[in-house]
Amino acid sequence: MKLFLPRQIRWAAGLLLMVSLLLALPLPLRAQPAGSPIVVRDDRGTEYRFTSPPQRIITMLPSLTESLWALGGGPRLVGIDSFSNWPAELNKLPRLGGLEDARIEAIAALKPDVVLASSSSRAMDRVEALGIRVLRLKSESYADVRRTLNLLAQLLGTPAEGERLWTRLEQELETANRRIPDKLRGQKVYFEIGGGPYAAGTSSFIGETLGRLGLANIVPAKLGPFPKLNPEFVVRAQPDLIMGVQREQLGIAGRPGWATMAAVRDKRMCGFDSAQYDMLVRPGPRLGEGAALLADCLEKLK
Amino acid sequence: MSAEASPAGASHSAALGNMQVAPAEDIDVRRRRRLLLWLLGLALLGVGAGLITGAHGFSPSAFWADLQGDQAGLIFGQIRAPRTLGAALVGALLGLSGAIAQGVFRNPLADPYLLGSASGAGLAVVLVLAAAALGGAYISLATVIWLERIGLVAAAFFGSIAGVSLTLMLAQGAVQTLRLLLAGVVVGVLLGAGTDLLTVISPDALRGKQVFLLGSTSFLGHSSLLMMGSGLLLLLWLARRQARALDALTLGEDSAISLGLDLGRARLALVMMLSLGTALAVSQAGLVAFVGLVAPHLVRRHAPGPHAWLLLASAAMGAVLLLVADVISRALIAPQELPVGVVTAVLGGIYLFVLLKRRGLP
Repeated sequence: MKLFLPRQIRWAAGLLLMVSLLLALPLPLRAQPAGSPIVVRDDRGTEYRFTSPPQRIITMLPSLTESLWALGGGPRLVGIDSFSNWPAELNKLPRLGGLEDARIEAIAALKPDVVLASSSSRAMDRVEALGIRVLRLKSESYADVRRTLNLLAQLLGTPAEGERLWTRLEQELETANRRIPDKLRGQKVYFEIGGGPYAAGTSSFIGETLGRLGLANIVPAKLGPFPKLNPEFVVRAQPDLIMGVQREQLGIAGRPGWATMAAVRDKRMCGFDSAQYDMLVRPGPRLGEGAALLADCLEKLK
Repeated sequence: MSAEASPAGASHSAALGNMQVAPAEDIDVRRRRRLLLWLLGLALLGVGAGLITGAHGFSPSAFWADLQGDQAGLIFGQIRAPRTLGAALVGALLGLSGAIAQGVFRNPLADPYLLGSASGAGLAVVLVLAAAALGGAYISLATVIWLERIGLVAAAFFGSIAGVSLTLMLAQGAVQTLRLLLAGVVVGVLLGAGTDLLTVISPDALRGKQVFLLGSTSFLGHSSLLMMGSGLLLLLWLARRQARALDALTLGEDSAISLGLDLGRARLALVMMLSLGTALAVSQAGLVAFVGLVAPHLVRRHAPGPHAWLLLASAAMGAVLLLVADVISRALIAPQELPVGVVTAVLGGIYLFVLLKRRGLP
């Protein structure tokens, strides 16, 4: 059957097609057209509106510094806190103190468009009072990392980057997970945070990483992220693996009764130097790298 | 007749002051014996509770199960027994040092940390922690291992001694009490400021400093038992030899000198003993608060007596206090722990609060 349409209809259809093509074409290109405001909501629930992506950014927390860098915001950083130490390229930037001893004058003098800080810091209240916008971002868990990455990507004017980076991190985690020797899967880990002894629980960031790699934790979830344990608890729990800061592990065998633990006797321990330790415990974009670090150690223990 | 005799008798006994009349002495001796029995009983109970309290908290049923388990030797022999006895020894050392300090300064608010021991030990510990944190970058790993292993205990010990030595130097000996106290305050402020400065420069040392400041009985083992036990016996023996000097001091410095006491020498010896006792306790368990201050108070309140008694009883009282505090620190939120120094501070603070509220300090 021959398709016959009146001339006007054919003409109208053609026009419609052209218009819709015209409309559709730029869509992927203009996710954030200059001029339309960026609206973000920080973890306090405060809404911030930027007419254009901020160009002068200060970060007051290592994990935020690292996240911003990983999203390509490095060139826009004009100052960082004293504890940020990755990547090395940022070492030339002014150091603006820590959470409680932030150098408020120096921060104001840098005229930042926005300051990124953790959710609890009294010094930041002063900075805010000076009329500087301070985004308060919680940075403790995997969920926090993902949410923060999305927010920062939006802030930088490249909103798609957040989820893209997160997907990459998930892939890195998966790669590390596949490297864990089958024999070690499900083994009980004691991850020591400090010589108290403080342990990393399942709800801590490093605890989440251990869980993702299929390892069990000797600390029950109900004890929270960083319980100070009775040392006897650790000895009784008989962890299969002991992890922590390398130089603190040297004294472990000398603690009363600890030398009898199988993990100590058979040297089933993963010790990390302080740069590696930073990477493992910081809720930021190096979580995949941290997981790979754990996989390296576990492969050697096999 | 009786109306005349009784005021005369009252003024007579008031004039005699510390020289006790026969019936009063009987009462005092009885009170002392009773307190000693109480302390012995409490100490036994404390040790028992310390053995029963473990990772499950205070749980007799878990205790029985553990006794029959194959890990009994490890749990009781290597962990709970040394920890419990260690806590008692730390408490005893602090109680003894506190009694010496309050005797030397004739001041019920004196405590063993007064002469710079605490600040000296704190500075030394933070120095070692900071050095270890910088390790790898500036000093060899072998040095770091050495520092971490024996470093902290030795550092706290020698730091404590050094703090007191500095105070003694500044006060030019121990002749003048006020000068000694002032020197102690100055040294405390200076060394404390040094500690804070170091933690600003090396924030890594902060966490370790916190553990040290709050006090901890978590890792007391057999080696520390031996050291503290022999130290305590030696100090008790030495201090009780000076007990008469302390008794003479209670009458006032002038009276003590007129009694033929070489005040400078006796005080120097006593200050050295108290600094040694404090250093031993602090090096093993950190700055456990309030035990040294409260233990002599409790003894004086329930059974006052001459210093030969007071020193011994304060040591026993300190031991009981820290035994109880250690058990509480383990039992309250098991398997988590509270820092034992926090427990002693709360207990001691409440005690002093109630005491002040009731009748004001003597």
